[in-house]
Amino acid sequence: MKKLINQPDQVVSESLQGFAAAYPDLVRAHFDPTYIARADAPVKGKVGVLSGGGSGHEPMHGGFVGPGMLDAACPGAVFTSPTPDQMLEATRAIDGGAGVLHIVKNYTGDIMNFEMAAELARAEGIEVESVVIQDDVAVKDSLYTAGRRGVGATVLAEKLCGAAAEQRRPLAEVAAVCRRVADGARSMGMALTSCAVPHVGRPTFDLPEDEMEIGIGIHGEPGRARMKLRSADEIVEMLMAPVLEDLPFQRGDRVLLFVNGMGGTPLIELYIVYRKAREIAERHGLIVARNLVGPYITSLEMAGCSITLLKLDDDLLNLWDAPVKTAGLRWGC
Amino acid sequence: MNATLRTQSKLTRGDVLAWIARYAGVIAENRQWLTDLDAAIGDGDHGANMDRGFQAVLAKLPALAEADIGAIFKAVGMTLLSTVGGASGPLYGTFFLQAAQPLAGKTELELNDWIAAVEMGVNGIIKRGRAEVGEKTMVDTLAPALAALKAAAQAGMGWKPAAQRAADAAHQGALSTVPLVARKGRASYLGERSAGHQDPGATSAFLLFDSLAQVVNDADTPAAPRSAHAA
Repeated sequence: MKKLINQPDQVVSESLQGFAAAYPDLVRAHFDPTYIARADAPVKGKVGVLSGGGSGHEPMHGGFVGPGMLDAACPGAVFTSPTPDQMLEATRAIDGGAGVLHIVKNYTGDIMNFEMAAELARAEGIEVESVVIQDDVAVKDSLYTAGRRGVGATVLAEKLCGAAAEQRRPLAEVAAVCRRVADGARSMGMALTSCAVPHVGRPTFDLPEDEMEIGIGIHGEPGRARMKLRSADEIVEMLMAPVLEDLPFQRGDRVLLFVNGMGGTPLIELYIVYRKAREIAERHGLIVARNLVGPYITSLEMAGCSITLLKLDDDLLNLWDAPVKTAGLRWGC
Repeated sequence: MNATLRTQSKLTRGDVLAWIARYAGVIAENRQWLTDLDAAIGDGDHGANMDRGFQAVLAKLPALAEADIGAIFKAVGMTLLSTVGGASGPLYGTFFLQAAQPLAGKTELELNDWIAAVEMGVNGIIKRGRAEVGEKTMVDTLAPALAALKAAAQAGMGWKPAAQRAADAAHQGALSTVPLVARKGRASYLGERSAGHQDPGATSAFLLFDSLAQVVNDADTPAAPRSAHAA
């Protein structure tokens, strides 16, 4: 597949160099070990909020570093978890004395690497709390799997926890906000085309021209079903049904509706998805109090989308509306 | 005593370095195979990740020529932790870091030293990965390899047959993952569809024990100075 790159093994570092050069007012890129931190880190007396994961999901996570969201992000190789030394160094760099929250997506590699980093940081006397995001209803959550994957809710958790930390809430309370988001969000995605990892060079999976994969993961992991392509409205019905079924939404609930682009689907199509998703949510008696539409947690050039619903309360609403100033999300500042 | 059972009783530091270098070479040679196994049930990066990590290890070996074996294991573990990523990094890193503990200060290894090290390493992996035998992971290779080492020691065997039996048990262990349904890691998302494929982590773990058996076999020819690089 065609890529706008130089060398496959230089993709992450060169992209990071460009990103840091584009946003010198917001971030600093550090190398060896690699992490992106707020330009003014550490912020004294504020809980540091750290996330990270494999690269290839831009703007997540580095694009969410800045006031009101993440203090640092650790990018791994494309679709590969970052390593504990990166996370430890980033944790040290953003600890303003109030401890650090690790927001971890539920993938085996991410879990183990963040776990080791948290152990190392605690051994140095840094207070660390970790919260795991696992919102993908496409995966059967059971003792017999690695559990649900962390997807769209991660973006929302990073925004909401960043806002809580900015208000100088203590670590336990920022972590509690994160758990509320983790518990109250559900997502489901779909793909029209595959992505291609740069150092592999060919599509991650084969998807015929007239087929789609429902329940796709953000690394091209298989979903629930492969079927013939349908209309946007029918696809949105298929994505919304399992999300709505799976708790914790009731009539009258206020929700945040997040329609995410996988990287290769234009906004013009994402708004078609949002139109129908909103209609379905309202038909179920939900009040769509806030929304987010756009490519925020992507899967390289994959075409497709995911839909996330987050149940809101007054506190989460206020945290959502609080100012944020990052490359990927910006308002109120 | 049967001459074929007269084997050296100790593994030297040079043997350990040769084993690690051999394994790095074996991983490089089998990079595509490991990646293909991973592509079938995971995300297709196991070969690339392991190769990146062990090439970094290989670069550090010359500086470890005078280190004790515990220090060598620790350096290997830390290097893997910071270079492999994914799930393999913490798992292999944990194996070497835990195995390093009973080897601290040693410059040669009795078979029992090795058994103690492998036991610590395997327990570390089980704790980190929360996996048991039968879940289609590297534990399916490591647990039988450890059991084979213990049985060989109890039977009074020396290094050479013990290392070979461990490698054979590891091979059987890796093959035993083929019919299993994955319950850990990315492969578990596939559910029943993961059956019929050999687990890539169980395979790279087999190669670890197989490389040691190769080096121990080579060690039967004494006095030949070995390069730190894989043949």
